[in-house]
Amino acid sequence: MRKPGASRVGRWARAALLACVTLLAACGDVWNNPYPLGEASENALYSEFTERPKHLDPAQSYTESEAEFTYQVYEAPFQYHYLKRPYQLIPATATAMPKPRYLDAAGHELPADADVKNIAFSVYDITLKAGIRYQPHPAFVEANRHLPPSEIARKYVLSDFKQTNTRELTAADYVYEIKRLANPRVNSPIFGHMSDYIVGLKELAAQLQQDLKKQDAERGKGAWLDLRPYDLEGAKVIDKNTFRVTIKGKYPQLLYWMAMPFFAPIPWEADEFYSQPGMVDKNFTLDWYPVGTGAYMLTENNPNLRMVLSKNPNFHGETYPAEGEAGDKAAGLLEDAGKPIPFMDRIVFMREKEAIPYWNKFLQGYYDKSGIASDNFDQAVRFGGGGEAALTPEMEERGISLRTSLATSTLYTAFNWLDPVVGKPGGERARKLRQAISIAVDYEDLISIFMNGRGIPSQGPIPPGIFGYREGKDSVNPTVYDWVDGAPRRKSIDEAKKLMAEAGYPNGRDAKTGQPLVLNLDTVVSSNNKSQLDWYRKQFSKIDIQLEIRGSDFNRFQDKIRKGNTQMFTLGWNADYPDPENFLFLFYGKNATVKNDGENKSNYENAEFDRLFEQAGNMENSPKRQELIDRMVKILRNDAPWMWGVHPKSYALVHAWVKNSKPNEMARNNLKYQRIDGNMRARDRRAWNPPIVWPFVLLMIAAAALAWLGVRAWRRAESAAAMPASGQTSVEGGV
Amino acid sequence: MTGYVIRRLAYGVLVLIGVNLFTFWLFFKVNTPDDIARIQLGGKRITADQIVKWKAEHGYDKPLLYNGKASGSAQFTDTIYFQKSASMFALDFGQSDDGRDIWYEIRTRAGPSLVLALPTFVVGLAVQVSFALLLALFRGTRFDFTTQVLLVVLMSVSTLFYIIGGQYLFSKLWRLVPISGYDTLFDSYRFVVLPVVIGVIAGISGSTRLYRTIFVEEVGRDYVRTARAKGLSELTVMFRHVLKNGMIPILTGVVAVIPMLFMGSLLFESFFGIPGLGNYLIDAIQAQDFGIVRSMVFIGTVLLVFGLIATDISYTFVDPRVRLE
Repeated sequence: MRKPGASRVGRWARAALLACVTLLAACGDVWNNPYPLGEASENALYSEFTERPKHLDPAQSYTESEAEFTYQVYEAPFQYHYLKRPYQLIPATATAMPKPRYLDAAGHELPADADVKNIAFSVYDITLKAGIRYQPHPAFVEANRHLPPSEIARKYVLSDFKQTNTRELTAADYVYEIKRLANPRVNSPIFGHMSDYIVGLKELAAQLQQDLKKQDAERGKGAWLDLRPYDLEGAKVIDKNTFRVTIKGKYPQLLYWMAMPFFAPIPWEADEFYSQPGMVDKNFTLDWYPVGTGAYMLTENNPNLRMVLSKNPNFHGETYPAEGEAGDKAAGLLEDAGKPIPFMDRIVFMREKEAIPYWNKFLQGYYDKSGIASDNFDQAVRFGGGGEAALTPEMEERGISLRTSLATSTLYTAFNWLDPVVGKPGGERARKLRQAISIAVDYEDLISIFMNGRGIPSQGPIPPGIFGYREGKDSVNPTVYDWVDGAPRRKSIDEAKKLMAEAGYPNGRDAKTGQPLVLNLDTVVSSNNKSQLDWYRKQFSKIDIQLEIRGSDFNRFQDKIRKGNTQMFTLGWNADYPDPENFLFLFYGKNATVKNDGENKSNYENAEFDRLFEQAGNMENSPKRQELIDRMVKILRNDAPWMWGVHPKSYALVHAWVKNSKPNEMARNNLKYQRIDGNMRARDRRAWNPPIVWPFVLLMIAAAALAWLGVRAWRRAESAAAMPASGQTSVEGGV
Repeated sequence: MTGYVIRRLAYGVLVLIGVNLFTFWLFFKVNTPDDIARIQLGGKRITADQIVKWKAEHGYDKPLLYNGKASGSAQFTDTIYFQKSASMFALDFGQSDDGRDIWYEIRTRAGPSLVLALPTFVVGLAVQVSFALLLALFRGTRFDFTTQVLLVVLMSVSTLFYIIGGQYLFSKLWRLVPISGYDTLFDSYRFVVLPVVIGVIAGISGSTRLYRTIFVEEVGRDYVRTARAKGLSELTVMFRHVLKNGMIPILTGVVAVIPMLFMGSLLFESFFGIPGLGNYLIDAIQAQDFGIVRSMVFIGTVLLVFGLIATDISYTFVDPRVRLE
């Protein structure tokens, strides 16, 4: 007869076994799929994001992590060609690229080649393609714009608003957004810059500030301020599909700005919808739920876990480009030429804060693309004899391909121009000191040790691929390099030491006082960069300079730079647009950080450079502009206000099922061009992820055996004869 | 007991005010309102004028604790501290510095935190207590000695090692569960199994040794001798008598922890991609979002105060000799 207890245990064991089998069966033939099981066969691209996007409002969003989303949803009038290099602007919602008209101060039209000094205004007329429609959105339903707070209180996500609608994009929507740049409540990061150009923007901001104050007092904070009645001279509606932008002077770079979401259309209905009382409390804001005409719309916004873009059913008929640069056809990048885009139904972004799970999921086929963290670099990439990067056999076996591109950014070390030792007050002595340091700090070494070879040493302010960059011997910075056997070679330490002696610091000591030269490098300290800072010390010691690292947190570091309390500091710049002006303006005297709160962080000032910049900055690309840029670069290389540092290279790994993937450092709206071979992905995922159960079973058996041994020992001890009286009552000797 | 609880609650309010003030002081010792504005606006092309506007728009343009320019009570109420922190006592957490509703975030994130923390806690406690009882049962044996050495070794290993090792074995090598991620509440089991197992293993060493000591101490008491003299089996003695009496000191640590389970686990949530409150706090500290940091510290303090009071009350249930006065 069975014991009742045993029967109960048996029932539990059977129930547990059944539950396990049911759960495992629910997992399908792979158990480690991190997505909801129904999504396995979807036409979706899986990507990741590390940081929560702070702003999805196009007037505010300005970071890379946000661009991943905003560029897919919003459409500025222009965009970058996906395939062509150098980067080229093409119309997006506009019918054509506008030709500016130039006016003098009296409003008379000037010829296209008029002298910049005579141009008082530039006028751009932008005509939109007809019939472009917004994504479905509740803001386009009138009743949704006049909801009582009690109704809003019952909504939690945008999809709770059951009624949605759309309407045609109009020129007025672009003008509305330009006015939003001036809205103090929006606080756009480019307002300061744009108000220097767009006629009347500054005045509009002052007017809005005043009216908002009044309105807040009368109607409470947050009430909708309709921007339509406000007149803005610099942005006017000409007709339903045409608007005019008027700027002060000549600024051809405006078109690049107009390829960014800052200039994306915002329907006034959305502004009114989101301004209803109670909306902000429920996170119903443009910052959270964008409204656009782009290829995708944000349908799931859970930045703690995942964000999902779904195909915009109203997207206008854009097609995959039929032209590219040389080699694109051979690379299969033109196979979808002329086909309607976007190709994918959904883009799923999963939050991944840690590199290890992210990398492993990529290897398991659960992410379609991946960057390469330093820890995984050797697993993914090997360098050939000629220094060319190639994939390891493990990656090649999986059909993964490597995409590299040179970033339009630069990582540099700046000398503070206001510093008496290394800056302008130091005169010729300081210049030679800067040059000597520039030679001594071996960036080739830094790239090799700390960046896995992912970068090239900068020769000046302008990276390759941007107009103004010279190829070959002309590309080389003669202050730091010699041109030897058709390649640049860093000058010797002896030459640096000679410069040190000429600067009055022979053997690293002040020739007058005999004191050792001690310089300070300011940087943001983290646990990751300690070895890099030690490396800097070593570089400076090569020319007998003692380097003091002044580490601080990011806030204090920024504060020191703003106040000019630095001697040298490390920083980076990521280009807004592919134009030399976007790099050279970092040295323009009127942009000096300490004096004018500008982006010239080193506070560099050179009258000749400034004069040339004022000429070349706003010029169209031409031989004349190249000549002026050459002169500016020459001045900078000689003055050496920066150690030019590194132009980083981006390395990305892409699975074989991802089609039409080409790195583009400027275009962030590139997801609409990409395609997935879902069958291949499903097949590979199955092949790569069969569960291995035996070690787990073995573990369980081992645990059961241990338990059995324990029970046996216990029973033996229980049935043993009593111990002699020793004051102990334990089961000694049990095991 | 009611009087005792009310008195403890009153002390709790004082603790809450103190912690609140201290958090405020600490945060603004490290960050100025200008820093907060710059972080929120981004690093590029920001002018001093925009900083001023952002601060005015978000209420950071006032003095920190005392407004000398105001009169009457406004000297204290028209300050950043009062405007941002005092409302929390009415459970109004306001918005984060990037404009999100904090209470909404806390509500949505508490679930995932609990889904991870609760099973880890319950299973962990059961395993620790059972294991400690087992060790007490076999005390002084080679098994006891070896296990204790093993526990010390396990204690010396960083939790991060368990996480990375567990992910490597179970997810990468054997491919039994997803390496990280999360799904809706009821489908989250696939994602929670591994962190729970790792959490239990990582937490087993320290507590087991403590509980073993407690149980061994109990085993030496007179009532245990009496129980044995009555002829009760060793298992009955251990589970019916020693366990019950040993639970009093165990409760000291355990009950106080229960409310804190809502706060989530910083490391586990981050590595396993679980969108809980631990993750939320880490994000806020990295983003220097004062709104979230103060709210989380406030809630943490409230839960801790309740946890400590609950601990005291629980004594009266497990030990009738204890009276709260």
